Amino acid sequence: MILLERVSKRYPNGREALTNVSFFVDRGELVFLTGRSGAGKSTLLKLIALLERPSRGTVTVNGRSTGTLKARHIPAFRRHIGVVFQDHKLLADRPVFDNVGLPLVVAGAPLAEIDKRVRAALDQVGLLGKERSLPMELSVGEQQRVGIARAIVGKPPLIVADEPTGNLDPDLALEVMRLFKRFSEVGVTVLVATHDLHLVREFGSRELNLASGQLTGGTPDPLPSLVASR
Amino acid sequence: MTLSTLMTRHVQSLFGALGRLARAPLATALTLLVIGIALALPAALALLVRNAESATGGFGRAVDMSVYLKSGISLARAHQLAVEARAEPGVAAVHVISADEGLSQFRRYSGFGAALDALKSNPLPNVLRIVPQPRASGAAALEGLRSTFARWPEVDMVQLDAQWVLRFNAMLAVVRRLVLIAAALFGAGVLAVIGNTIRLEILNRRDEIEVTKLVGGSNAFVRRPFLYTGVLYGLGGALLAWLVLEGTVLALHAPVMRLATLYGSGFELTGLAGRELGGLFCGGMALGWLGAWISAHRHLRDIEPRA
Repeated sequence: MILLERVSKRYPNGREALTNVSFFVDRGELVFLTGRSGAGKSTLLKLIALLERPSRGTVTVNGRSTGTLKARHIPAFRRHIGVVFQDHKLLADRPVFDNVGLPLVVAGAPLAEIDKRVRAALDQVGLLGKERSLPMELSVGEQQRVGIARAIVGKPPLIVADEPTGNLDPDLALEVMRLFKRFSEVGVTVLVATHDLHLVREFGSRELNLASGQLTGGTPDPLPSLVASR
Repeated sequence: MTLSTLMTRHVQSLFGALGRLARAPLATALTLLVIGIALALPAALALLVRNAESATGGFGRAVDMSVYLKSGISLARAHQLAVEARAEPGVAAVHVISADEGLSQFRRYSGFGAALDALKSNPLPNVLRIVPQPRASGAAALEGLRSTFARWPEVDMVQLDAQWVLRFNAMLAVVRRLVLIAAALFGAGVLAVIGNTIRLEILNRRDEIEVTKLVGGSNAFVRRPFLYTGVLYGLGGALLAWLVLEGTVLALHAPVMRLATLYGSGFELTGLAGRELGGLFCGGMALGWLGAWISAHRHLRDIEPRA
């Protein structure tokens, strides 16, 4: 589902955020990306969500290489990835329903289907009944879950989350992680960047650890065998 | 995406744009006023030209030419000459005005009745009034016709009262060109106003655009509501321009009627109609669309999601 081959990312200011990173994440896997802030976690997620392109190496997501994707194909590419942001990126002047339904609206889904799927997504994150609320009227944790509902509403095969539990108390954080676990159990690939190591240990999923832009330790990388079997 | 879904999207964009315009009534009204006035000025000039043309009743009749026959030429001979004149190329009609008719007309209109009674005989000659064909009413053609008749031995002199018509024609041509220049200048102004308004709106809604692109909104999708906003501005501006012109015509109607009556004319001032009205509205909407498109194309490109 995600394949990085010797990927480096150098920003225009000269800072090298990632150096020679390679890994593979299979379909339906739940993988945690750990590391201190500034280690390159966000950069890695940006490369996968095609908010940035790699300076060297190739990033292949869902069978498409991001390095060569033409600008007009980017919107369709992004519709196949659900992204959860640490700062939610919700539209403050739109009710929850509109925020969650936005990916379906841009994809051109019929209204009846939007209605059905937005409710289903809100139900999954435990926010059914809050459709008409504005984001500001919700707690931080609820806002975070609205962001998650928006990421899953389009039933993308891949969900990428950047510190999705950063603003949540431990109970809520655990609940959100369980949600991601459930998605991965139904075949959705989930990549979660987090610095909450306790949480990661609790789930026992594969962990990719970044330090100074390079992969270190973590769970052994299944890359060679999987690449060979592709 | 199915056709009905696409239609739904367009209707949503349209109502979304209408809603946003209605939520900022003062800003919308000011923008519409600027666009309306900018559209009204060239339209008013065009209206002026059209009314001036209809006031003078076209030029076919205005360029009549009077051929004065020598005083010895009889009325019977004049009628023969009229038949010959009719055969000349470029002549639409020939009327014979006999010396007697001419005298009675002169008596009626000049106010010299008493003085004419003192004359023993009619001093006026028989006259042929030549009506040129419309295609022969240009300056050169009229001059050619004049010299043809002037060469006839029976002709004393030919009087061509076309000078004022030609001058008037030339003036209208100047104003017509002015209409084009004004339309181009004010059209560019409308483009700039709408483009700038759309630019501000794009900047205001930067977050929304960024998030929309983030979840896979294409440029076309992001651009659509702005294009509708532009078209609505154009449409509203055209409507306002039309109202301004109707108001102007209404205000001028009575004084122009009085003026026309003094000149013995049944001329009436008329406003935009039919194709002109269609042109104003289509032009306004096209300018709105184009201004919005240029602005959206330039500024939406710069807004790319940053996580």
